[in-house]
Amino acid sequence: MVRIVGVGLTPFGTTPERTGRDMFAEASDAAFADAGVPRTDAEALYYGNFMGALAEHQGHQGPLMAEAAGIQAPATRFETACASSGAAVRHAVQTLRNGEADLLLVGGAERMTNLGTDGATEALAIAADDLWEVRAGVTFPGAYALMANAYFDTYGGSREDLAHVAVKNHENALENEHAQYQQRIDVDTVLEAPTVSAPLGLYDSCPISDGASAIVLASDEYVAENDVDAPVSITGTGQGGDNLALHDREFLARSPAAEDAATEAYDDAGVGPDDVELAEVHDCFTIAEVLALESLGFYEPGEAIGAARRGETTATGDRPINLSGGLKAKGHPVGATGTAQIAELTQLLRGDHVNSDAVPDATVGLAHNAGGTVASAFVHVVEVAE
Amino acid sequence: MSDPDDSAGEAGYDEWIAALEDGEGYYLACPNGHGSLPPRRRCPHCSSGELTEQALPETGTIATFTETQVPIPSFADDAPYVVAIVDFGDIRLTGQLGEIDPAAVEIGQLVAPEIVERETTGEPLVAFRPV
Repeated sequence: MVRIVGVGLTPFGTTPERTGRDMFAEASDAAFADAGVPRTDAEALYYGNFMGALAEHQGHQGPLMAEAAGIQAPATRFETACASSGAAVRHAVQTLRNGEADLLLVGGAERMTNLGTDGATEALAIAADDLWEVRAGVTFPGAYALMANAYFDTYGGSREDLAHVAVKNHENALENEHAQYQQRIDVDTVLEAPTVSAPLGLYDSCPISDGASAIVLASDEYVAENDVDAPVSITGTGQGGDNLALHDREFLARSPAAEDAATEAYDDAGVGPDDVELAEVHDCFTIAEVLALESLGFYEPGEAIGAARRGETTATGDRPINLSGGLKAKGHPVGATGTAQIAELTQLLRGDHVNSDAVPDATVGLAHNAGGTVASAFVHVVEVAE
Repeated sequence: MSDPDDSAGEAGYDEWIAALEDGEGYYLACPNGHGSLPPRRRCPHCSSGELTEQALPETGTIATFTETQVPIPSFADDAPYVVAIVDFGDIRLTGQLGEIDPAAVEIGQLVAPEIVERETTGEPLVAFRPV
């Protein structure tokens, strides 16, 4: 098994003056402090980042971030848009399982707010097909709005259903000190907010965020030899892919790449959707959470639109979704999101997260991290297992 | 940070735009009936390398749409605008809907493709008009 020995996050939010290297230094410091293992044991850094070349004029971030983390080891940057650190996690899991390493630092960072809203909107748009989508005026919210309208047309649903997703995730973030928005909202707040790209409004959308996250992963051998306390493990990994441009997909209201990633991860872990007790899913927009829940097999297509409204996915529901606040309220520094989801799940399952009381006996969690309009998808099963 | 040299053009895309502008729109078709857009050497659905140019149907139906209020900067003067994905059978295109009240747009509506000028930059823009 791949053991999670430590996790660390910066606060997510608006810190335009902070460099990516400084944020990642903080997150990795926190992860090694949590792990209680010497950072010099790390044999490589697997690091996710999306727009550093645009936001910081900084390519080749791997070695820079290894320095920031104080590890003397080679480093590689992974880029799959908003799923960049999800990709890093998957490759780290594979490396550890192959026996090619025993301790790895995995993480991600993104500096976005220094670009301003215009600049960040432009930078996010490059995750779409430049020739055939961006040149037609497709923005990142616009792409998910196209999916939302296709969903409404295919299955039904309303802006009010989506608003309940935002309300729920803001509620979950109230006590999360890492969250960008620790602020309660109601359905009317969402419905009355300015439109970004119809039917999605300001409160259907995750914020533009700065932040970093890091996790320390180890082999069973390392954990045994060094007598490390690591009660939570990554037991399943899966990846799915799809055509880059939304118009090239058969279904505009589904995300089959995430279905493929989930199937692979479930098989790998030997669990099914019914075993999953809590999940962190990629809710960059409210509709994205709905699509995720259906892709993961928690709901049939067309059924997840009412899940938050019915209370099934709230903190007191049958299967709490995004107890961290999700991308929606915790924030979405895109390259940091994949490992941040694993960090939050780890703490939720260990019992040292501010929202752990919502899932006191849970042993099986799941992380769903998506890039673009889900042309890239990574799913990881995280379990209390030693 | 310098931008790419726009005068270099986008081979494959530029010719496609010019063709649609001349009323001779096309798409790439593989023997299995999948459509795709250039430049491309392999079908993105079945990997076939036998791609031939087929005439783009004169009309298609709106598969989904959105009215975008917050644009990227290179569309600042165009906003608000309606983006639609339009279904032409074996191929779908993404473009902007002109000549129509955004409130009157419906999925399933019949439209014809054309090339117009992007207001902000003067670049060619794939667009659709109601028929």
